[in-house]
Amino acid sequence: MNIVVCVKQVPDTEVERKLTAGDSTLDRVSVDGVINYLDEFAIEEALTIAEAHEGEVTILTMGPAKASESIRKALSMGAHKAVHVIDDGLAGSDALATSLALAAALKVVGFDLAVFGSEATDARTGVVPAMVAERLGVPQLTLAGKVDVSGSEVTIRRVSDEGYAVVTASLPAVVSVVEKINEPRYPTFKGIMAAKKKPVRTLTLADLSIDAGAVGLAGAASWVEDFAARPPRAAGVVVKDEGDGGGKVAGFLSDRKFI
Amino acid sequence: MAEVLVLAEHTDSGEVKKVTLELLTAAGRLGSPSVVWTGPDVGAGLGRLAEYGAEKVYTCDSPDLSGYVVAPVAELLALLVESAGPAAVLIASTGEGKEIAGRLAVKTGSGVLTDVTGVTAGDNGGLVAEQPNFGGAITVRSTVRTGTPVITIRPNAITAEPSPAPAAAVEPVEFAASDAARGARVTGHVVAEKGDRPDLTEAQIVVSGGRGTGSAEGFAIIEKLADALGAAVGASRAVTDAGWYPHQFQVGQTGKTVSPQLYVAVGISGAIQHRAGMQTSKTIIAINKDAEAPIFEVADYGVVGDLFTVVPQLLDDIDKQKQI
Repeated sequence: MNIVVCVKQVPDTEVERKLTAGDSTLDRVSVDGVINYLDEFAIEEALTIAEAHEGEVTILTMGPAKASESIRKALSMGAHKAVHVIDDGLAGSDALATSLALAAALKVVGFDLAVFGSEATDARTGVVPAMVAERLGVPQLTLAGKVDVSGSEVTIRRVSDEGYAVVTASLPAVVSVVEKINEPRYPTFKGIMAAKKKPVRTLTLADLSIDAGAVGLAGAASWVEDFAARPPRAAGVVVKDEGDGGGKVAGFLSDRKFI
Repeated sequence: MAEVLVLAEHTDSGEVKKVTLELLTAAGRLGSPSVVWTGPDVGAGLGRLAEYGAEKVYTCDSPDLSGYVVAPVAELLALLVESAGPAAVLIASTGEGKEIAGRLAVKTGSGVLTDVTGVTAGDNGGLVAEQPNFGGAITVRSTVRTGTPVITIRPNAITAEPSPAPAAAVEPVEFAASDAARGARVTGHVVAEKGDRPDLTEAQIVVSGGRGTGSAEGFAIIEKLADALGAAVGASRAVTDAGWYPHQFQVGQTGKTVSPQLYVAVGISGAIQHRAGMQTSKTIIAINKDAEAPIFEVADYGVVGDLFTVVPQLLDDIDKQKQI
């Protein structure tokens, strides 16, 4: 069974992130890149399924040269090989263009199951897995809180605020998993050493037969006109509880007509 | 004026969700609002939709729309985009809403903007959308350059304003999904017990608890305070990581983003990860025993103290207020 996990390298969310003044793209240079936290659950799920079904896990990443750091980390977790879609023409791609490149790469690589995290912590659009399924014309089993593969069928629990729906489809299919579906493993020392020898194939736009005008900033269907830092919140009042803290909060709530 | 399509969200019993009224208000700023109503008879919902400005309601009760994951709904919307030539399509920015938007954008070759908190009409019939980025630290103004803009709007971001339309015209739509759209079959539903609390992302008031609650038992005081205020319950990542409260209630960078009128952070230190999910709340109250906790930097009112003495006193006072 051939499982491909789409992994994105994103700026570390523990530090302040910025947009570049010139073209309003995300400043990916001055901030450390890490694997999108939500993709770690996708990698773990893929590895678990592969272990149970004699599968092979391929990491698929689109991004600049720096993204190879995240590819290595994913390989050190236990994935078997990787594909890196890398092309200067892809810089500044919106979700539409990203899904175009990923769908094309998935076609080239081939897959039974394509696994995504629920969203990336930088743009947080959450639309790419659905877009990729649409482009490939394969079933979309997204926002999964549980994934079961049996023979040529995949069944998930699609979670929502209302509860969950049970969804079934035939392979090949696109799956996205939600945070905490599993407990992502840490790379072992052995894994880190082994990762150095695992194959990483690179694909360019030409390899994917994608016209440079269709992706990147040049092909962007959505456009950032301008941006501004949110004005800082006005300083509030902080009091120390002297046995009257609860009463003071009640007073504030009542002044503001919340109670 | 061009139509603006609004995908309605409603309960199984046909009650229109608040976010749909907010979408109608946004649609009215861009053109003439037309609702797309999926599922059984629009019934009593019709009056409500007209009250908030719906001039037309497309209804479609094809079983395909609920029998398969999002693809059929996107297909239906694509058909209506083709036939009605709308200025934009507005969808609620929920997990499912964003997926429908994504598929529709691919089908129609259009730009998609998600988590939008405001729209205004732009030049040449276009629109300008406001999106908070990085948990609200930056506000971006975006436009769509290609196709019919597909916009998902965050619940609770736009205030729904009544704008009575004379009477919404109902237009039934015949629809059957393609084979490709019927790949992911829904075979069952399990409804979580939710009680009477409002939805986290739609609530006017959210009470969230953090590590300071100490345990699942300790967290119960958060639910008590939420119920006293008619609020939704939220939790920090520390709490959901520890398993003290279910993951779907997590507020933060990787959980829900909320923007209520009032956010009460109890026993939450306020790391970047958490602030990213709540710092656009209108009013913020923080209760924490650590005076240095970063949550106080964003709080309108903060109390430095033990939550297990402050909150019970607060509950007593709310109780007294109610008896007056």
